Amino acid sequence: MNGHNLISHEDAAELGRRLAAGDRLAAPAALNLLEQRGAEAQERADSLLAEISPAKLGHESPGVIVGITGPPGAGKSTLLSELIALWRAREKSVAVLAIDPSSKRSGGSLLGDRARMAVDSRDDAVLVRSSATATRLGGLAPTTRESAMALAATFDVVIVETVGVGQSETDIAELADIVVVIVQPASGDVLQFIKSGVMEIPDILVVTKKDLGKVALNASRDLHSALRALGSKTPVLLVSSVPPTSGVEDLIGTVEEQFAELDLTARRARLRRLAALDSFTQENGERGLRALGGRREAEKFLAGQDAALGHRQLRQLLDARAAAQ
Amino acid sequence: MSNHRLPQPDRPWVMRTYSGHSNAKKSNELYRKNIAKGQTGLSIAFDLPTQTGYDADDELSKGEVGKVGVSIAHKQDMQTLLDGIPLGEMNTSMTINATAMWLLSLYIATAEENGVDQAELSGTTQNDILKEYLSRGTYAFPPGPSMRLIADMVSHTVNHVPKWNPINICSYHLQEAGATPVQEIAYSMSNAIAVLDSVKARGQVSDEDFPKVFGRISFFVNAGIRFVEEHAKLRAMGKLWSELADRYGVEDEKLRRFRYGVQVNSLGLTEAQPENNIQRIVLEALAVTIGRDARARALQLPAWNEALGLPRAWDQQWALRIQQVLAFETDLLDYPDIFEGSIVMDGLVDELVTGAKAEMAIVEENGGAVEAVPYMKAALVESHSRRVSAIENGDLTVVGQNKFTSTEESPLTADAEGGIMVIDPEVERELIEAVENWREGRDQEAVDKALADLAAAAANESENLMPYSIAAAKAGATTGEWSSTLRDVFGAYRGPTGIGDATMHGDNESLEALRERVEEVSETLGRRLKILVGKPGLDGHSNGAEQIAVRARDVGMDVVYEGIRLTPSQIATSAVQEGVHVVGLSILSGSHRELIPAVIENLREAGVDVPVVCGGIIPDHDVQPLLDAGVARVYTPKDFELNRIMGDIIELVAERANAQAPAAV
Repeated sequence: MNGHNLISHEDAAELGRRLAAGDRLAAPAALNLLEQRGAEAQERADSLLAEISPAKLGHESPGVIVGITGPPGAGKSTLLSELIALWRAREKSVAVLAIDPSSKRSGGSLLGDRARMAVDSRDDAVLVRSSATATRLGGLAPTTRESAMALAATFDVVIVETVGVGQSETDIAELADIVVVIVQPASGDVLQFIKSGVMEIPDILVVTKKDLGKVALNASRDLHSALRALGSKTPVLLVSSVPPTSGVEDLIGTVEEQFAELDLTARRARLRRLAALDSFTQENGERGLRALGGRREAEKFLAGQDAALGHRQLRQLLDARAAAQ
Repeated sequence: MSNHRLPQPDRPWVMRTYSGHSNAKKSNELYRKNIAKGQTGLSIAFDLPTQTGYDADDELSKGEVGKVGVSIAHKQDMQTLLDGIPLGEMNTSMTINATAMWLLSLYIATAEENGVDQAELSGTTQNDILKEYLSRGTYAFPPGPSMRLIADMVSHTVNHVPKWNPINICSYHLQEAGATPVQEIAYSMSNAIAVLDSVKARGQVSDEDFPKVFGRISFFVNAGIRFVEEHAKLRAMGKLWSELADRYGVEDEKLRRFRYGVQVNSLGLTEAQPENNIQRIVLEALAVTIGRDARARALQLPAWNEALGLPRAWDQQWALRIQQVLAFETDLLDYPDIFEGSIVMDGLVDELVTGAKAEMAIVEENGGAVEAVPYMKAALVESHSRRVSAIENGDLTVVGQNKFTSTEESPLTADAEGGIMVIDPEVERELIEAVENWREGRDQEAVDKALADLAAAAANESENLMPYSIAAAKAGATTGEWSSTLRDVFGAYRGPTGIGDATMHGDNESLEALRERVEEVSETLGRRLKILVGKPGLDGHSNGAEQIAVRARDVGMDVVYEGIRLTPSQIATSAVQEGVHVVGLSILSGSHRELIPAVIENLREAGVDVPVVCGGIIPDHDVQPLLDAGVARVYTPKDFELNRIMGDIIELVAERANAQAPAAV
């Protein structure tokens, strides 16, 4: 199976069932399908997704979806390598969705993150999949949400990694259970981050390059005081992912703690609603929103729906409602 | 007395041939023959496992053992390699970088066990790690610890092996990676500054002796076919080096000298009409010998058939004879500097110095050469892609390749092997057995202790690792053991690929057509055409793979590029996980016969049925076996038109997609 053909509904559903049963080898083919464009492909994707939906499973996909974002050169890839190694040492399976920007001129992309991650290729409990943002703003690929959801059905940890500051934090917050934002000390990144107005989005802030010593300490102090001013309790962690590594264990501990405390059903339901509204607005614009009686009304309408509905089903409900107005 | 003649002709430069293959015994025979032919220095080529710190029996070594150089695993190998060669007199150059400290330790251990004190040894370890990150790819450790190893070696040799050149700053490989003359000068000078500063910072050489550190730094330079400008480049480097001498307070004339060795350009050698390479090599050799004020100290010339495969002893003899004709038949050595007062030469030198200073300032702004590796790498990938495009569209003439291409059959490549050397595949098996036997026969306790001491010293920033490495060499440790001990402490490292920021070049009309085709095919596929570009094995020459990756992006593909040094199983895993539609492989080290079929086997085992194409220095007679093994297309240096390769790849995927489309709905 290589993704060239469009597979049958039955095969798509089978992939979904295999994922639900914890068969990691089904993941690449599932991703191939989920990334395919066109109405027919989407229908098959729906068949797959139905098998891992909360309605079918009776619960949310159990894996934790961790969004990691930060500017280029902040040390994301080394940190990821270290996270993978430590999670593997705890016998957790890990999938990484690494997202890189597409070239505006050619539509193509160079997906280089794989090269920067040291993983053991013989270990089938680790999967790394690179994809491109295509034309979408915000640092996510069009199908990242579905891909992350599908992987969370079978991997213990799903990491979505994106490049950038600003837009990508808000976007990733709409699909991840835990949002980790990386800030590198010095070079003005801390200040830029504080000024960016997205301080409230991350669940965890990570300052990399702890090995730089004082510079890194200062950066974390600045972040702390900026957060305090906002009344936020978001933890700030200092890590060094080059040997001798430190702080990465803490990061894992914090992620797992926050995930354990999370009301997953509520969070994921909220994310699906946001995603449905987001995709509706992207396609229909402000005029579409007006047809729904404005954003508030639309949100209220979505909140009234079954929490187990997938975002595409919610989107269909929005479409129907807008058409009925 | 006239001032346009020297009273005495100059002594010629040191003449070397970069050589070594298979095992220590065969290479030793080769060296003795070369010396008998009039070669005056040794230049040892190591195989890739030795260069990157793996023993013959490591999984990553597969297909590379004894291939591009000799395999040296322990002190007995070194002893055999140097048997009968007077170490106290010989000037030995070792092309060794990540594991330079280890090979020098083996050299010193061997000398001492033969009663020669380390203080008597003379020679050079290349030991330039930054250019490994930038171009050649045989690094082993992260930048910080690598710079420490270099600084430790410089400190040790200045204090104990005073005639040794502990580092050869290489601009050579920068040019091979596409550097312009300005970039070549600027990056190598910046590199030298980084080395000097890190030796200074380690504080193991007294302030009083620091000028000796400056005096021990030499360069390894390239010379391309634009030989007038290339000569100017060397004069420009001399000028900048002298300014650096002022900056580091070096007064002694002898220590201020700009000393360099040369290997002339391989990048410009062609597979098409390979006999033309001879005149290229002669002209390039002239570039580095013609002006007395900037003449090379040591010279090694490539063989005419390097773009075809590994040179044979006869090919290398021809290269040596070029040097000998230049030195002993011509009147080159009879005169003082022939460019003194030349308006053209002075003008070129000024231009290059100004340009290089501006570029050095940018490197400085990026935090110096170590921190600026990603910047320099991206700049080189871009220069190279400009060069490739210029050859492709004919702006840059390469005789026999993109102009004057009609040709007679060459008698030089008419033999069964196609005029190159083929390494007996048995060599690998023998060397695996040999290293296993060695481990069984030695005093294991002594080795364990020496390696434990090395590990402890590595963890202590203030220790110099040279004495511990020499002790491990004497105890009988192997290349792989020394390296893995340090990898455990320092961490492994993957260098930047430099392709992320590469901008677009090339013929836009044909690019546009290819893009449309990619869109169409992607439509059939249901998602964007995705290619995996992989480099199996230890070969670090990533230019080709990088250019393919960048161009594939420019025609609209999603490109997964993983960088160098991958096992066949890693490539197969990536192909599965990434869901790619086609796999492109690149190998320049000559190990395609072993590695490409291994990748295909791994792909099939993993259930990946997509077309595989490969490119590299692949001799004609190896093409059919690769096709038989399941490769869809084989590209050699003759295929310089990247857009044509792209077109091929797109159609291969299209064929596959269309064949499967009916079954789809």
